[in-house]
Amino acid sequence: MTDSKYFTTTKKGEIFELKAELNSDKKEKKKEAVKKVIASMTVGKDVSALFPDVVNCMQTDNLELKKLVYLYLMNYAKSQPDMAIMAVNTFVKDCEDANPLIRALAVRTMGCIRVDKITEYLCEPLRKCLKDEDPYVRKTAAVCVAKLHDINAQLVEDQGFLDTLKDLISDSNPMVVANAVAALSEIAESHPNSNLLDLNPQSINKLLTALNECTEWGQIFILDCLANYTPRDDRESQSICERVTPRLSHANSAVVLSAVKVLMKFMEMLPKDLDYYSTLLKKLAPPLVTLLSAEPELQYVALRNINLIVQKRPEILKHEMKVFFVKYNDPIYVKLEKLDIMIRLASQANIAQVLAELKEYATEVDVDFVRKAVRAIGRCAIKVEQSAERCVSTLLDLIQTKVNYVVQEAIVVIKDIFRKYPNKYESVIATLCENLDSLDEPEARAAMIWIVGEYAERIDNADELLESFLEGFHDESTQVQLQLLTAIVKLFLKKPTETQELVQQVLSLATQDSDNPDLRDRGYIYWRLLSTDPVAAKEVVLAEKPLISEETDLIEPTLLEELICHIGTLASVYHKPPSAFVEGSRGVMHKRLPARTGSGESTESPDVGTAAGGSAPEAAPSIIPSQGDLLGDLLNLDMAPPTTSGPPPPTTGMQMGGMDLLGGGLDSLMGDESEPLGGDIGGSPAMGAGFGAAPAVMPASLNAPVGGGLGDLFDLGGVGMPMGAYIPPKIVWLPAMKAKGLEISGTFARRAGVIQMELILTNKAMSVMTDFAIQFNRNSFGLAPAGPLQVLTPLGPNQTIEVSLPLSTVGPVMKMDPLNNLQVAVKNNIDVFYFSCQYPISMLFVEDGKMERQVFLATWKDIPNDNESQFQIKDCHLNSDAASSKLQGSNIFTIAKRTVEGQDMLYMSIKLSNGIWVLAELRVQAGNPNYTISLKCRAPEVSQCVFQCYEAVLKN
Amino acid sequence: MINSLFLINPSGEMFLEKHWKSVVSRSVCDYFLEAKEKALEPEDVPPVIHTPHHYLISIYRDKLFFLSVIQTEVPPLFVIEFLHRVAEMIQDYFGECSETVVKDHMVMVYELLEEMLDNGFPLATESNVLKEMIRPPTILRSVVNTLTGTSNVGDTLLTGQLSTIPWRRAGVRYTNNEAYFDVVEEIDAILDQSGTTVFAEIQGVVEACVKLSGMPDLTLSFMNPRLLDDVSFHPCVRYKLWESERVLSFIPPDGNFTLMTYHVNAQNLVAIPVYVKQSISFFECGSDGRLDVTVGPKQTMGKTVEGVMVTVHLPKTILSINLTATQGSYTYDNGTKLLVWDIGKLNPQKLPNLRGSLSLQAGAPKPEENPSLNIDLKIQQLAISGLKVNRLDMFGEKYKPFKGVKYITKAGKFQVRT
Repeated sequence: MTDSKYFTTTKKGEIFELKAELNSDKKEKKKEAVKKVIASMTVGKDVSALFPDVVNCMQTDNLELKKLVYLYLMNYAKSQPDMAIMAVNTFVKDCEDANPLIRALAVRTMGCIRVDKITEYLCEPLRKCLKDEDPYVRKTAAVCVAKLHDINAQLVEDQGFLDTLKDLISDSNPMVVANAVAALSEIAESHPNSNLLDLNPQSINKLLTALNECTEWGQIFILDCLANYTPRDDRESQSICERVTPRLSHANSAVVLSAVKVLMKFMEMLPKDLDYYSTLLKKLAPPLVTLLSAEPELQYVALRNINLIVQKRPEILKHEMKVFFVKYNDPIYVKLEKLDIMIRLASQANIAQVLAELKEYATEVDVDFVRKAVRAIGRCAIKVEQSAERCVSTLLDLIQTKVNYVVQEAIVVIKDIFRKYPNKYESVIATLCENLDSLDEPEARAAMIWIVGEYAERIDNADELLESFLEGFHDESTQVQLQLLTAIVKLFLKKPTETQELVQQVLSLATQDSDNPDLRDRGYIYWRLLSTDPVAAKEVVLAEKPLISEETDLIEPTLLEELICHIGTLASVYHKPPSAFVEGSRGVMHKRLPARTGSGESTESPDVGTAAGGSAPEAAPSIIPSQGDLLGDLLNLDMAPPTTSGPPPPTTGMQMGGMDLLGGGLDSLMGDESEPLGGDIGGSPAMGAGFGAAPAVMPASLNAPVGGGLGDLFDLGGVGMPMGAYIPPKIVWLPAMKAKGLEISGTFARRAGVIQMELILTNKAMSVMTDFAIQFNRNSFGLAPAGPLQVLTPLGPNQTIEVSLPLSTVGPVMKMDPLNNLQVAVKNNIDVFYFSCQYPISMLFVEDGKMERQVFLATWKDIPNDNESQFQIKDCHLNSDAASSKLQGSNIFTIAKRTVEGQDMLYMSIKLSNGIWVLAELRVQAGNPNYTISLKCRAPEVSQCVFQCYEAVLKN
Repeated sequence: MINSLFLINPSGEMFLEKHWKSVVSRSVCDYFLEAKEKALEPEDVPPVIHTPHHYLISIYRDKLFFLSVIQTEVPPLFVIEFLHRVAEMIQDYFGECSETVVKDHMVMVYELLEEMLDNGFPLATESNVLKEMIRPPTILRSVVNTLTGTSNVGDTLLTGQLSTIPWRRAGVRYTNNEAYFDVVEEIDAILDQSGTTVFAEIQGVVEACVKLSGMPDLTLSFMNPRLLDDVSFHPCVRYKLWESERVLSFIPPDGNFTLMTYHVNAQNLVAIPVYVKQSISFFECGSDGRLDVTVGPKQTMGKTVEGVMVTVHLPKTILSINLTATQGSYTYDNGTKLLVWDIGKLNPQKLPNLRGSLSLQAGAPKPEENPSLNIDLKIQQLAISGLKVNRLDMFGEKYKPFKGVKYITKAGKFQVRT
């Protein structure tokens, strides 16, 4: 007696036959007929033509028959609204039935009939059922409100059902509470700004009580709802955590993960030194591990979430590395996720194990997985410095296997390792070059070409290697073409004599034969650079690259915080904020982690400020910029030493000397070559007129707008108008008695990006002074007068003149002690006088010193801790915002602000005119006039001077 | 919440659809079928798929895809858990979960699905409650039904759904009152070539079969509860008492249920009951290789290891194999390259061995991957973690129930690398 017999009828008159049976007098025959109809419906056959006949069967005492008819009605009422009205009376009658099961069934089915006319009739029965004495009916009615809202939202609001629903949150029956919460949550999703689920401590208490007694599904709804609540203080937070913790031992993984979400969120408010905090941390690990022994689909979702959790709180799972080891029969999507988490958990302590595993994986069958495993070895090398050597040798072993895709992946990651640890593992280049021919994937070819170009001076036949790639230039992918162009230009700059032909060939291929705009642009940029200013070209193309770090593939902190609030949801699976992909997004309602312990004002950290504005910072962070080296190279312009914006300094012998330090013998070499190159360019059709003028402008204009633009874009909202730079008061540098009557006092200032020495010359002698001139000794930052000292009229006795002398930073360099010491010689018609003065280092802080947040993070981690120095600034009464805006006036840029336990931490970056970056962390405690500042810089000598500047700027 | 459910067979045919809200066209499944085409194995289809207007969350169980369609932000675990419940429900009602069974009971499955969700919200997912509403088919009942015209659908109000113990129905009566508990432990392990344990843990589960009249209140205690620090309970277990006294106190559901699952992963606590000596090698030139596998008992606590089975996925380039087993028999499927050696009982005096030659397809290079061995085994009357039930007490009812505890250890994902 199975249902399969219902599918056997294939005769033409099937519908007619059913019609006859439905109208049969025999009850049993009727039921069988309805069953046949339902069976056809479940497999997608259209049986809507039988509507009137089926509805006629509704008036029955047989519960099964009734349910079957209801099933049919729900499916087809929409297509036959007029006929469906016929059923209304039965529903209304059933809603009054003595049996609560029938009442519930009626109200439930009625809600599923998505016909406007019927919903009107539904309102009264629904109102009664919401207040029914039987909890089973009430809980069914609660869900019905959500159904009705979906059909006609306005009606639900007009009828006041939402308020009734809110009242049900305080119902005595836990299942009613759970369903009311579920219904409200669903309704709230389409009303982003409604306060439907406004929770107060009383309702929270009700929810927590219901949590213990309702079904597993109800627990999920309640936990998800709790997660939206922000406790008033850490004590409330702790008490909620305590009551939620038992849910971690639930058999339903969705309950566990929702509980984890609540705990991860509320934990944020607990003071870290609390015993309970560490207890809670310990309790979180076992349930997460248990999730990994569930079915693979559950594992996948769990792993995506664990990925977020280990980024937020790595301490929870740091000892659980082994549970992430990949098993042979895991589905591929689980394997890939596990691998990702293994890398996140890799540390010096477990790296040996991890590497052994990864090596094992690299011999598996699944190509995607093998590739990712090889890539993972590279990421380990970048993440755990101590392991780099072993990683490299593991990679070399893998290259020896000659398995094509393994070799290619290995080369791609070795390129990254070179970028993290320059000048350390270049000995392996020879091995890499052996595999040149087997590379057929663009990414691997590009990586290999990058390596050849970057280390051209160490590879004897670099020109031959690159030339071999050049043969099939047009068949290569853009990525490879761009890389090849850059590599050959690098090669040319390193070995100009032998490779001139090659570079011309690639430039013409890129600019004339290619229709790819990126390639053409890059080609032209190089061409112009090479033909007009080879020194600049060298600075641009061969500039030192910033080191990469593993942080680059972490999720941006603001996004991470939001995602932590969405643990267990689709957002956590996609690692995107819900606003980015949820259909008909409910406005921009970003969830935030609550701030630690009650410091009221700090709930809005600047993180929030920047992210709430636009979606730009939320874009997924790009991993190591493997492509688009052009961008890298251009940005490196900033790092290139001199180029201050402002009037281009006149070409003096002194300045050329400065350039020569970099240019070396190239000038003379290039002297001959710039001629033919220039000729070529003139001949190329795409070159417009005015070409000659362009290069002269380029260095300055590239620098200034980029810096300024970035500065504007990233300016923090609330910082306010930047004030002017700090200018120390003038002091007497040269007393009259030491200088035959000439008194010089002065100071330094930075105005509109130009460093100026402001002098007051006073003639305290009896005779007129004329013929003033000034010269600096070599100094730490290459300061030099950018023009002559403008004292045009003779200086009579007792006369005073104020002059300001623009300075450049391209003079010869010599390290002074103290670092900011400047020895000056002033000459007049009487004699030559010498004095020394100290300039505030803040005038060397350039305008584009604002680092991007990601870069800051990476750099901060990258600079060894030995380079960190800490200072105290005493008696400063500014709040953190005022301090930040004051500092910004002197080009000390605040990048982020964090508030921890009432202490504001400002993260700042400074760039010196010679390209040295200084990173600072300023801690300001409300009510404490003493600030603590930590400075990190690759050149730790400057720290002391920078600190002095902070002090000077903040106190004036 | 959950909008629709599609059941799809491995060839991509949708043989059942159920919509709890408005009807979603089956064409939405095309995105899923596309992903299925891309995946090498049906197990590899990603469980969460994003389409322009819907999310498809699917599970693969018993060679069927259960695909749900959702439209709003719903916790995916909630959906996946529910889909597994559907599969379990079918298994529970009809004895197996397969396309044929579903097709045979199409209407009943449809009715059950209707009871399980309302507007996408779970309604009744406890098997106890469902069975009270819709009685499972038995041959006897279907005969009676045909004769008398009564239905499978109960028409009493379900008391269980209203009480604070929704998992137990009221008015249960048995002539023989009995409660059985099975402690089943599975060893998940990865051993490397040299036999060293790379990773090992025990997944334990306490399965209960309780047929007791009335409202019994049970307390189960263990000899060594300290072993259990990572546990998940059936909702009936009183968590507070576990926290304070380390006993399981509960009013059980009627019939079969999973009382508790636990997890022991401290490395030193996991005994590995067998060792495997293996070598699979291919000669550098020529198209030949050798396979030699020996299995022997290791830490078995004096029990016999039974049901030993070794499964190897051989490389794709293997043409044929020629092996001899000293014990048991082996089967080899040349299509899937799956070698299964069924050993049976382990005899410590005479270790079973499987050896012989593998030949590769002509001209095929030496395989790059190392095949790994999956081991299956069973040990009766032993929980390898050492967990032991101390006693079971019953309160609330006067009769004396019959009680029993059984232990069994099995291999879970037990893998030996080569």
